[in-house]
Amino acid sequence: MRVQVRVQEQPFDAGAEVEAIARGDAGTGAVVSFVGRVRADTADAPGGPVSRLTLEHYPGMTEKALSAIVAEAQTRWELRAVTVIHRVGALAPGEAIVLAAVAGAHRAAAFAACEFIVDRLKTRAPFWKRERTAQGERWVEARAEDAQAAGRWD
Amino acid sequence: MIRVLYFARLREAVGTGEESLALPPGVEDVAGLTAYLRTRGPRWDEALGGGPAPVLVAVNQTVVAPRARVADGDEVAFFPPVTGG
Repeated sequence: MRVQVRVQEQPFDAGAEVEAIARGDAGTGAVVSFVGRVRADTADAPGGPVSRLTLEHYPGMTEKALSAIVAEAQTRWELRAVTVIHRVGALAPGEAIVLAAVAGAHRAAAFAACEFIVDRLKTRAPFWKRERTAQGERWVEARAEDAQAAGRWD
Repeated sequence: MIRVLYFARLREAVGTGEESLALPPGVEDVAGLTAYLRTRGPRWDEALGGGPAPVLVAVNQTVVAPRARVADGDEVAFFPPVTGG
């Protein structure tokens, strides 16, 4: 299986990554991808629209955690390729934060594995978001919904 | 020596992101190291578990339970629940 895990400050081209994931692989019949973006309006957060998001991470452990999540996905589903790209540093509303793309022979495994990877990433990979609004900066709180979503796969 | 790292809200609370530390006498596990660091003052105490916010600990880049061993040469990281994706 082809695995690509990247943590980077630079923007990525989600379309190009999705196009590339199964290039030359006649055995891939399905590619499923998820792109997470910076939302300006956060209903649960006071202080008005978010003007900037800064992502901190734990270099070394981040790559290890993402690779472990992908490796577990491989044990659960038959996959042909996985690409995970997560940005760090300063991001503006509308910018893409994360891409998870999964290629498989058939769609069921690709859909499930993509959802699994994103759910696990949100609760296990050491990233922390900090939001800037008109009222200043604050760390984003972990959400119970994310823990529940990830818990479905335990 | 052990390397101790702090991230995000915890890094700000304790005022440092990283330090090298001789393993204090009698400290054998994560719980012991946490208890030792919390004696450094109210800021440390609150940031590392005395406050309402949960704290995660990784030893050598794997999240572990409080009873996990800590030995010379280890990298120990303290951080809040993660919020990536």
